[in-house]
Amino acid sequence: MLVIDGLTCRFGSKAAVSDVNLEIGQGAFIGVIGRSGAGKSTLLRMVNRLQDSSAGRILFEGSDVTALKGRELRLWRARAAMIFQQFNLVGRLDVLTNVLMGRLSTMAGWRAMSKSWSQEDKAVALSALEQFDIANLAAQRADSLSGGQQQRVAIARALVQEPRLILADEPIASLDPRNTKVVMDALLRINKHFGITVMCNLHSLELARTYCDRLVGMAGGKVVFDGAPSALTPAVARDLYGLEAGEVMDLEAPVAAGGHAPAALPATAAPPR
Amino acid sequence: MSATVPTLPPAQAEALAASYDAATATRRLRGLAVAVVVAGLMLFAGWFAEVRPAAFANIANFSDYLAKTIPSISAQTPRADIVAWYWDLKTWSRLLGETLLMAYLGTLLGAIGGFALCFLASANLVRNPVLRFAVRRYLEFCRTVPDVVFALIFVFAFGLGPVPGVLALAIHTTGALGKLFAEVVENIDMKPVEGLTATGATWMQRVRFGVLPQVLSNFASYGLLRFEINVRGAGVLGFVGAGGIGQEFLTAIRNFYYTDVSAILLMIIATVITIDLVTERIRHRLLSLDQRP
Repeated sequence: MLVIDGLTCRFGSKAAVSDVNLEIGQGAFIGVIGRSGAGKSTLLRMVNRLQDSSAGRILFEGSDVTALKGRELRLWRARAAMIFQQFNLVGRLDVLTNVLMGRLSTMAGWRAMSKSWSQEDKAVALSALEQFDIANLAAQRADSLSGGQQQRVAIARALVQEPRLILADEPIASLDPRNTKVVMDALLRINKHFGITVMCNLHSLELARTYCDRLVGMAGGKVVFDGAPSALTPAVARDLYGLEAGEVMDLEAPVAAGGHAPAALPATAAPPR
Repeated sequence: MSATVPTLPPAQAEALAASYDAATATRRLRGLAVAVVVAGLMLFAGWFAEVRPAAFANIANFSDYLAKTIPSISAQTPRADIVAWYWDLKTWSRLLGETLLMAYLGTLLGAIGGFALCFLASANLVRNPVLRFAVRRYLEFCRTVPDVVFALIFVFAFGLGPVPGVLALAIHTTGALGKLFAEVVENIDMKPVEGLTATGATWMQRVRFGVLPQVLSNFASYGLLRFEINVRGAGVLGFVGAGGIGQEFLTAIRNFYYTDVSAILLMIIATVITIDLVTERIRHRLLSLDQRP
């Protein structure tokens, strides 16, 4: 159970996230939606502690994450794995080494520094890659891969961290529609198969409705919607995105309850480049 | 007149041209002002530091000196004359070799020092401004004091020979490379580093895997450039007794062994050019490695 309690983040006088309260059960697939600048990224980054909060607390299974330091903080980061829009791999290292980065927090210091990975760590990393059908790319430089492949490497890296939580910050915003599906399916599989909670920032409402079992809508740093995808009416979406009636194209279609696969991605659901 | 661009009415075109001229006029005026200020400062500096063109009246002394260093090589016995010119080739070669080794060791030690400190001096890796400030000022101190000054001090401390020379070069190189390395580190792409932070990597691990792969070829390139500079620097360290060919060179100048001066100078120049060419080639190869996508 992840509890976010009055979480606030200020940059100067501007509050990027203000007073967010959420309770997220283990194994949920949460979609965080809203316009650019609504505070979605900042919220996710605060959970991983890439960004320090100004006020409020984050509790994971009762322990306060916002107070962690040093080794405890690093172990928390490993448990709350992060996936980025730009993948954030080390381009000049090979794919396998990039995945092994997910094991750093639990590795003896000398092993990492001398790159003498244990057989066990290597086996874990390779099988994580194989889950996404890219074990054959293990020896290639990460920056020689396509975007979709790189994001799968990033997910493999997250997976070998043995996380309880995956924080995906616009994971498909740099990908084409086909890779979008591959990556979202991978996240869904991890979620269902291992019971890992997924918190995913998304631009596309269509995708959010398809994959998530709960949506959190943010605007101006505040949570303005929190509920099942079916409860996200066109009116709410218009508020969320500040659009005029009729502009929220993919919401004009009748909303079916429960996850349903879209036949094709409508134009508005295509990832912005 | 272009057929694809509609012609504006003259009044409108003139107004647009006038506003463009007005906008660029200030820019042009500013450029002129800067040029005037630079020229003025140059004249002032020359006057203040007493750099008088009158001194060039003695230019003949310079050319006379150079003329005296030209050895007489007759067409009948060129080989014997050249051997006579380079009468002490063995000693000079040994000293030149010593100079190269000094430069090599000094560069290597300095590069290790600069490498160890550069990460602590980088704003994108070290949040603590006090630590960064301290490291940066230390590096500044190392490179601001000329290596000859360090060499002189070390000669007093450790005696004559190449050891003070190597130490002096190492300290100066630490300062110079530490700053260049830190600048390379500050220009890296931080996304991989952020990716590592998010996995729970320690600071050292982030540097090892997030930063190092991005900077290594640049570091090697700067290291080679510094080696090239240090070969030149090591050449004059002998002036203060800190080893290398400099001592012999100074003796030749002081005692007016004119042909020795030219012999040694040519050896130094040939060596420096060779090293320039070799390191330049390696550096280009290293940098082209970087350009790979």
